[in-house]
Amino acid sequence: MTYLHNIGLYFLMIKEMFRKPTKWSVMKHLIFKDIDDLIIGSLGIIAFISFFVGGVITIQTALNISNPLIPKYLVGFATRQSVILEFAPTFTSVIMAGKVGSFITSSIGTMRVTEQIDALEVMGINSLNYLVFPKTIALMLYPFAIAIGMFLGILGGMAACYFGGYTSIDDYIIGLQTDFIPFHIIYSFLKTFVFAFVLATIPSFHGYYMKGGALEVGKASTTSFVWTAVVIILLNYILTDMLLGS
Amino acid sequence: MIIVDDLHKSFGDTHILKGITTSFEKGKTNLIIGQSGSGKTVFLKCLLGLFEYEGGSISYDGKNFNQLSEDEKRDLRADIGMVFQGSALFDSMTIAENVMFPLRMFTTQSKSEMKDRVDFVLNRVNLENAHHKMPSEASGGMQKRVAIARAIVNNPKYLFCDEPNSGLDPKTAIVIDNLIQEITAEYQITTVINSHDMNSVMEIGEKIVFLKDGLKAWEGSNKTIFRTDNEVVTDFVYSSNLFKKVRKMYLDENQ
Repeated sequence: MTYLHNIGLYFLMIKEMFRKPTKWSVMKHLIFKDIDDLIIGSLGIIAFISFFVGGVITIQTALNISNPLIPKYLVGFATRQSVILEFAPTFTSVIMAGKVGSFITSSIGTMRVTEQIDALEVMGINSLNYLVFPKTIALMLYPFAIAIGMFLGILGGMAACYFGGYTSIDDYIIGLQTDFIPFHIIYSFLKTFVFAFVLATIPSFHGYYMKGGALEVGKASTTSFVWTAVVIILLNYILTDMLLGS
Repeated sequence: MIIVDDLHKSFGDTHILKGITTSFEKGKTNLIIGQSGSGKTVFLKCLLGLFEYEGGSISYDGKNFNQLSEDEKRDLRADIGMVFQGSALFDSMTIAENVMFPLRMFTTQSKSEMKDRVDFVLNRVNLENAHHKMPSEASGGMQKRVAIARAIVNNPKYLFCDEPNSGLDPKTAIVIDNLIQEITAEYQITTVINSHDMNSVMEIGEKIVFLKDGLKAWEGSNKTIFRTDNEVVTDFVYSSNLFKKVRKMYLDENQ
């Protein structure tokens, strides 16, 4: 029953988020601040992880191709597919559920504990619109961060080839261009938009409706990470089946 | 004026407010007092519209809160200033930005007009040089004064204070009490203060509502509370030896 209640409350929160909007002159500052906190502030970790995971995918693929009949350009092909289809949109989002999600939950949760949300409500401000809406809009730029992650993942693979000698750069580039299906990029960005919405709203839900003190803020952050990751993985399965399944 | 009629509020099976009827007058400091667990905070949160209540009514100058739409409730709240127990200042904003916040949200004033108004209210609460400090850099007393400045910056009709003296030394507490009373009289605000500080009761209790176990046990003022024979009130008021001695002296003098 609690789960059903929370699911209902989550959708009511989303509905409430769009009611009685905050003045645009205030909202635009909130959006820019959240873009800085949530997107710009995450670029470093996304770039770092993408580059090295791209390199590791390349190394693992190259090391597991022992049959001489399998062409070496497959390394580039496998890296491209892995990075574009799954690593960049899905696994980076799971990592972001930890970084961005816990930041959102703890910042909103602390506002709840210190009565700052009550202060907004007493002033007649729609606190959900004021707190959650700008984060949701800011995270709509998340696909740009993921695009950078895709690029750096593939670049990381290329660097691994160059420095580790697993295959030639020419073979790697041929692999990148082999059987390229443009819809895979669309599929990947569609998933990223959905994950961005989940990344903004589930952690906000856990922060906004938390009860208790400082210890509960920590607990809410952990719960928020778990649920955000679970929902991302489930949606990943559903979206993949819908968009790529036969 | 705020009129409360037969207010009931429960959490699950626990009946917290059991039918409170009272009124809070304009231009006066109205105090809600009582022991911890008597329902003061729940009562205040019902008055603020933060808790929904099951029975009774609260009307603000004739407007019945429960009969208003959500948007009308939010509009009414724009006329309310609130000083929270922990001040509830926005910790990502400077003191000046905190005070300016209601102006940015609800007015179309230019930046210079808003700055002038912020300067005026910060001067009014004796915080002339604190504009650029962060709330975390301010003392408890300063934070309370900033919270008062933020509450009055938009000329509210109603001012609510939840234990404005908690955590303050007695001297600073008197400064805060006097400030609230002066502002109430000066701007003719309906002020409701939730407190269990007897100094506040004696200093600024122009109207006092005493709650016990979710019921109104007594109603009066700082002038009548010394003379009451209501045992529940005298138990609370004279729980400290100092006040017992003060009462004895008062009664001896008046016999």
